[in-house]
Amino acid sequence: MANTVQDHGHAEDHGHDHDHKPAFFARWFMSTNHKDIGTLYLIFAIFAGMIGGAFSGMMRFELTEPGIQYLATFSHWFGVANPSFDEQLHLWNVLISAHGLIMVFFMVMPALIGGFGNWFVPLMIGAPDMAFPRMNNISFWLTVAGFCSLMASAFVPGGTGQGAGIGWTAYAPLSTSGSAGPAVDFAIFSLHLAGAASIMGAINFITTIFNMRAPGMTLHKMPLFVWSVLVTAFLLLLALPVLAAAITMLITDRNFGTTFFDAAGGGDPVLFQHLFWFFGHPEVYIMILPGFGIISQIISTHSNKPVFGYLGMAYAMVAIGVVGFVVWAHHMYTTGLSVNTKMYFTAATMVIAVPTGIKIFSWIATMWGGSLEFKSPLVWAMGFIFLFTVGGVTGVVLANGGIDDNMQDTYYVVGHFHYVLSLGAVTSLFAGFYYWFPKMSGKMHSEFLSYLHFAVFFVGVNLIFFPMHFLGLQGMPRRYPDYVEAYAHWNWVATLGYKIMAVSILIWIVNVIYAFIWGKKAADNYWGHGANTLEWTLSSPPPFHQFETLPVIDDNAHH
Amino acid sequence: MAGTKNHDYHILPPDLIPFLATIGALTFTSGMVLYMHKMPGGHFVPWIGMALLLACLFQWFTKIVAEAHAGDHTPVVQLHQRYGMILFIASEVMFFLGWFWAFFDFSLFPSAISEVVGGQWPPKAIEAVMDPFDLPLLNTLILLCSGTTVTWAHHCLIHGDRKGLKTGLWLTIILGVLFSAIQAYEYAHAPFAFGTNTYGSAFYMATGFHGFHVIVGTIMLIVCLKRAYNGDFTPRQHFGFEAAAWYWHFVDVVWLFLFVAVYVWGGWGYAVH
Repeated sequence: MANTVQDHGHAEDHGHDHDHKPAFFARWFMSTNHKDIGTLYLIFAIFAGMIGGAFSGMMRFELTEPGIQYLATFSHWFGVANPSFDEQLHLWNVLISAHGLIMVFFMVMPALIGGFGNWFVPLMIGAPDMAFPRMNNISFWLTVAGFCSLMASAFVPGGTGQGAGIGWTAYAPLSTSGSAGPAVDFAIFSLHLAGAASIMGAINFITTIFNMRAPGMTLHKMPLFVWSVLVTAFLLLLALPVLAAAITMLITDRNFGTTFFDAAGGGDPVLFQHLFWFFGHPEVYIMILPGFGIISQIISTHSNKPVFGYLGMAYAMVAIGVVGFVVWAHHMYTTGLSVNTKMYFTAATMVIAVPTGIKIFSWIATMWGGSLEFKSPLVWAMGFIFLFTVGGVTGVVLANGGIDDNMQDTYYVVGHFHYVLSLGAVTSLFAGFYYWFPKMSGKMHSEFLSYLHFAVFFVGVNLIFFPMHFLGLQGMPRRYPDYVEAYAHWNWVATLGYKIMAVSILIWIVNVIYAFIWGKKAADNYWGHGANTLEWTLSSPPPFHQFETLPVIDDNAHH
Repeated sequence: MAGTKNHDYHILPPDLIPFLATIGALTFTSGMVLYMHKMPGGHFVPWIGMALLLACLFQWFTKIVAEAHAGDHTPVVQLHQRYGMILFIASEVMFFLGWFWAFFDFSLFPSAISEVVGGQWPPKAIEAVMDPFDLPLLNTLILLCSGTTVTWAHHCLIHGDRKGLKTGLWLTIILGVLFSAIQAYEYAHAPFAFGTNTYGSAFYMATGFHGFHVIVGTIMLIVCLKRAYNGDFTPRQHFGFEAAAWYWHFVDVVWLFLFVAVYVWGGWGYAVH
C-alpha cells in the first residue's frame, strides 16, 4: 500500500504538553476536536450496545424453552404492573424493534463511523481535524438525541401495549394504523434525528477526505480505512434522505390523514418497503464497509506487508457501494414481485459476491507469504474473515428469489444477517478496538485477555447463531416469542451461546479496566514497522491538535 | 511547533451552540409528538423547541459570517464550504426522490381495489385538478425569472456593481415571496383535499416540501440582501451569496420537475378547476 511516510523530521513534539485542553464541560459538551468527538461516539456506542445487548439477552432467555416464561417479568421492568397476555406479546415486538434500531443506528454506526472514523480519518490523511468541527459536534449530539427519543418511546403507549413494536423496518400498516399511541412517533422522530446526524457526518467525512489529505497523498495512496469511510459516507448521504422521506410519510399517514400506505385511500404498503429498502440495503453496507477498512489495515500491519491488490481492494468497496443501491428488492421477494423483477434482483444481488470475494481473497493473499505476527487485532481480523464469509455465503443462498420464497422470515435469515453484523461488523469493531485502543488511550491492553476475549466470544456467538440456520431450515419463523417443541434443542443451545458471549464481554471490560489501571504506556508505534500509516507517526495518545505542520507524503513510496 | 498553526485549515474553539441546537431539535420532535396526540403541552412545546433551534441556527450563521470577516475562511476553507453545500444539495435531491417515487407509484399504478381511486389517475374521488397552464405556469415563469435575477445579482457582485447586486436580490426575493403567496392562494382554492386519497397526499406533500424549501431559500436570500447592505461580499469572496444562489437554482429545478410531472402530466386530459 502506498502510504509510506517520508520522515522529513517535522516536529511533532512528542511528550511536550503544549496542548491547551479545554476544561471538562467545554471539552466534552462543546467539543470541536475530532478525537474527543470520536471518544464521545465510542463511549456512547458502548453504552447503547450494552442496552441493545441486554434486550437481545432478554429475548434469548425467553426463547430458551417453548412457552412464555419471562415476558411478564420484563413488562414489570418497563413499568407495566399487570400486563395482559397481548401486552406481553407486544413487549416482544418492542424488544425486537429496539434491539435492531439500537444496534444499527446507535451502536454499529456511531462506533465504526463516528468513533473510529472521527478518530482515524484525519490522522490517516495527515489532517489537523475534520473539515467542519462544529458540525461534527452536532452530529454526535443529534445521535444522542435520537437515542433519547427511542428510549422515551419504550415508556409511552404504542398500540397493543407500551412501546414501539414495529420492527426496525417499521413496515406499514403495522407502523401506521396498527400502532396507535405516541410511542411509534417517538421512534420515527428518533430516526429523523439520527438520520440528520448521519447526513451531516457524511458531508463532513466526504469534504475532509477530498480536501484535507496531506500534500502528496493522492486518492490512490489513501489508506483503505479512509477509502472505506469515503464510500460509506456517500452511501449515507444518498440513502438516508430517502428514509427521511419514507418515515415522514409514516408520520403524516399516522397523524395528518394522508394515505401513502393506506390501501383504502389508494396507498401502497409495498411502497414503504421499496422506500425503506432503497435506504436499508445501502445501510447494511454502511455498517460493514468501515469494518472492511479496519480489517485491511490490521491484516497489512500484522503481515508486515502492503495489502494485496490495493487498488482492487479500494474499487471493490466502490463497486459494493454502487451495486448496493440497485439490489434493494431482494428484501421483498415475497411481496408479489413479478418473476422478471425477481430474476433481476437475484442476479444483481449475486453480482455483489464478486467484489466481496475480491476483498476476502485479497486479505488471504496479503497474509500469504507475510511475516505474520499473531497479535490480538490479527486474531480478531482472521476471525472476521471466517465469520463474515459464512454470513456472505448464506447471503448468496438467500439472494435467490426462488429459495427465499421458502426461507424468508425464518431463523435462517436471522442467522445470516447476524453472521455479517454481530459476527462481522462487531468482530471488526473489536479488532479495531484492540488495534487502536493503545493509540487512543496511551495504555496497552493485555494481549492475554484479548485472546481470551476472542476465544470466548468466538465460541459464544457461533453457538448463538449457527444453530439458527438449522432452525430456519426446519421452518422456525422469526419474530415470535414462542415455538413448537421441535425447535427446543437448538434454541437451548443458542441461549447457552449467549451466556458464553456475555462472559466474553465481561472479559473485554476487565481488559479495558486493566489497561487504564495497570496498562503499560503505549509507544508511538507499538505494532512495529508493519504499521505505516500516519497515525503511527504521532504520540499515543496523539497531541490535542496534531499535524500543525502538515506531513508530506513521499512521491516514490513503493506499492 | 505544537501550538503554532502552519496550515490554512480552520481550527475552531469549543462551542456550545451544537449542544443547544440539539436540545432544541429534541424538544421540537418531542413536542410534535405531544401535539399530534393532543397531549398536554402540545400547543407550546414544539414552538419552544423550534425557537431554540432557530436561535441557535441564527447564532451559528452569525458566527460563520464573523469568522469570514476575521479571515478564517482561507481558500481551502472556502473549498470545504463549496463541497459541503454541493453535498447538502445532493442529499436534498435524494429526499425529493422519495416523494417523486411515491407520486409515480400512485400515478403509474393507480390502485384498483381502492374505491376512492378506482384504478385511474387522477383518482375517482378527485373531481377536478388544477389547470397547469393557469397559476402553476405563472409560478413556473416566476421561478425561472427569479433564477435570472439572482444570476444578475451575482454578475453585478462580481463586477463590483453594488447597486445592481441589491436590485437583483430585491427582485429575486420579491419573486420568491410572490411564488409562495400564489402557492398559498392555490392551496386555499384547490379542488381537492389534503388527505383521504393518494392524489392529495402526493400532491400536497411534494409541493409542500418544495414550498418549504422556497421559503428557506428566500430567507437565505434575505440574509444575503442584509449582508449586501452591510457591505459584506467582495467580488472575489462571497460564498454566502453563492450558496444561496445554488440553493435557489436547486429549488427552481425541483419545481420544474414538479410542474412537468405532477401538474402537467399527472393531470393530463382531466377536468380542471
